[in-house]
Amino acid sequence: MRVDPAKCIGCTHCMQVCPTEAIRVSNGLAVITGERCVDCGNCMRACPVDAFYIMQDDLSLMQKFKYRVALFPSVMIGQFPEHITDDQIYGALLELGFTHLMEVEQPIHWLVEAYRKYHAENPDIRPLISSFCPAIVRLIQIRYPTLIDHIVMVKAPHDLAAHYALERLKGEGAQEGETGLFYITPCSAKIAAVKRPLGEKESIVDGILNMDEMYNRVMQVISSRPGVGSSGYREYLTREGILWPLPRGEARLFKHKSMAIDGIHNVVKMLERLETENHPELEFLELRSCDQGCAGGILLSGNRFLTVERLERRARTFPHSHEVNPDGPAKADVLEKLVTDPIEPARVFQLDPDRSRAIEKMALVEKILCRLPAIDCAACGAPNCHALAEDIVMGKAKMTDCLFLQAEWQHEGRVTPARGFRNMEKIWGEGRFKADCKKKGARNEGY
Amino acid sequence: MIIEQTYQVRGGDFAHAGDASSKVKKLLKQLDVDPRKIKSIVIALYEAEVNIVAHAWEGIIRILIDRDHIRMVLEDKGPGIADIEQAMVEGYSTASREVREMGFGAGMGLSNIKRNTDQMEITSRVGEGTVLTMVNYF
Ligand SMILES: Nc1ncnc2c1ncn2[C@@H]1O[C@H](COP(=O)(O)OP(=O)(O)OP(=O)(O)O)[C@@H](O)[C@H]1O
Ligand code: SF4
Ligand SMILES: [Mg+2]
Repeated sequence: MRVDPAKCIGCTHCMQVCPTEAIRVSNGLAVITGERCVDCGNCMRACPVDAFYIMQDDLSLMQKFKYRVALFPSVMIGQFPEHITDDQIYGALLELGFTHLMEVEQPIHWLVEAYRKYHAENPDIRPLISSFCPAIVRLIQIRYPTLIDHIVMVKAPHDLAAHYALERLKGEGAQEGETGLFYITPCSAKIAAVKRPLGEKESIVDGILNMDEMYNRVMQVISSRPGVGSSGYREYLTREGILWPLPRGEARLFKHKSMAIDGIHNVVKMLERLETENHPELEFLELRSCDQGCAGGILLSGNRFLTVERLERRARTFPHSHEVNPDGPAKADVLEKLVTDPIEPARVFQLDPDRSRAIEKMALVEKILCRLPAIDCAACGAPNCHALAEDIVMGKAKMTDCLFLQAEWQHEGRVTPARGFRNMEKIWGEGRFKADCKKKGARNEGY
Repeated sequence: MIIEQTYQVRGGDFAHAGDASSKVKKLLKQLDVDPRKIKSIVIALYEAEVNIVAHAWEGIIRILIDRDHIRMVLEDKGPGIADIEQAMVEGYSTASREVREMGFGAGMGLSNIKRNTDQMEITSRVGEGTVLTMVNYF
């Protein structure tokens, strides 16, 4: 997740919606603390001027490979308007230069089996928490380390599909290095996880393509091609597979002894509870950062509810996963690769590695909070008074960053007006407070 | 230096039972206490908090955090406990039907506290109130 300094107008929208308080405004620009960021995309959603962007790879990277596989989740199909058929979308993707197309949720029954096995082998850990959504895994890693043990150590559909595609192409005679895997995703968190995989040396895919961009490209070429019979490309796609990235996609495996929660702020509430209360009656928790799961992915173009609707209808025309369960030597090889590497707690909220110093700092935070007005207005460039107090203790901010405190000190003659104004410009940018009728923002942002 | 915090608890206020334990949890995380130890502390404090809500009229929780331990003192005004030994027995409960309907009253709270603390002490006067002191080392 990055901020384009040319576009960012330095407002407070992103800072206020960040679930880990990872954003500050400094010098008139939003600044993200990488170690706190879980790549949920909330900032990007809240930005009124589209200043956030996600790095992706260039489509031309494809030319290096003889076999070019597009891996994409079922929501890719679901986002298109109803009148555009699966065959047309597949046709357009081939037109763009791919030789193989693979919806990643296949053969999903292998993943179902991996889940069931993990569930049976870990009877003392309840509820199990899905590892599907990387934003949530990262959130647990940094904010809920006591719950790390609950995470199902099985990888996601795109890993399944990637390994499966490699095995298959090898079987068809592809040589080492001839196959390029390109993952089209609507998800900022998956992109981050693929770009810097936790604990893995190297990512299995060769390129990442943002789904909004691919949506546009598909739309551009779709009329120039009649479409292809797509069924040959998705012989292992099933009902359960298509529904996997949607709410209850995984939870349905565990029937009524499971719960599915979407939206990262809802998830936070559940994780807070889970840390204090035991819920052994729950077998499985599916937690997704985006509202409506991946149908609400940050780079998805369609309306999330319509996307769910289309996919639910589509799913009904496909067989159940247990009916499509390709066996063979590849299965064991692939399953072996779907075990996740251990997740270590990341200490990003601790005040100090030394306990005594940490206690001193905590006491200081309390003392500073006595002086701050508890308005939580974010005019200091931090999301709320408490966050500013912590920043001050950590040496990243100063008392006069609070405009109210500064006004009081000016009133008492402890700070000169000129100094006070400079302080304000340091946070919000030079010249920021000049009258400007053409400035961006502030208009209808409340709607 | 030590961290001192106090929290008020109102009898019958189930909606806010757990507020104190979740605040303490946040502090302990910032102090980088071992996640497993945090879990025990929070479970014990939560049970103790719920006991005030479920059985007493009002109470105050005092938290003292030092570099190697936390001391939690919960003092309530309430009916008190006549036979502490019996109250400690797993499954023993005087919870009302209403409290049971809210999912509490299995009689597991005090034994759960015992299991999750390094030191635990109860003193009580019938008709006046109860003081529960818990200490956990990090
Ligand atoms: N603060 C208190 N004031 C008065 N009585 C108490 C208090 N704490 C516990 N008790 C008594 O001790 C009994 C046992 O407490 P314990 O916490 O073990 O179980 P419980 O609260 O009844 O049920 P559970 O904790 O499983 O929901 C209670 O039923 C109550 O009679
Ligand atoms: S819900 Fe899906 S799209 Fe959203 S962050 Fe999680 S994995 Fe990514
Ligand atoms: Mg109890």
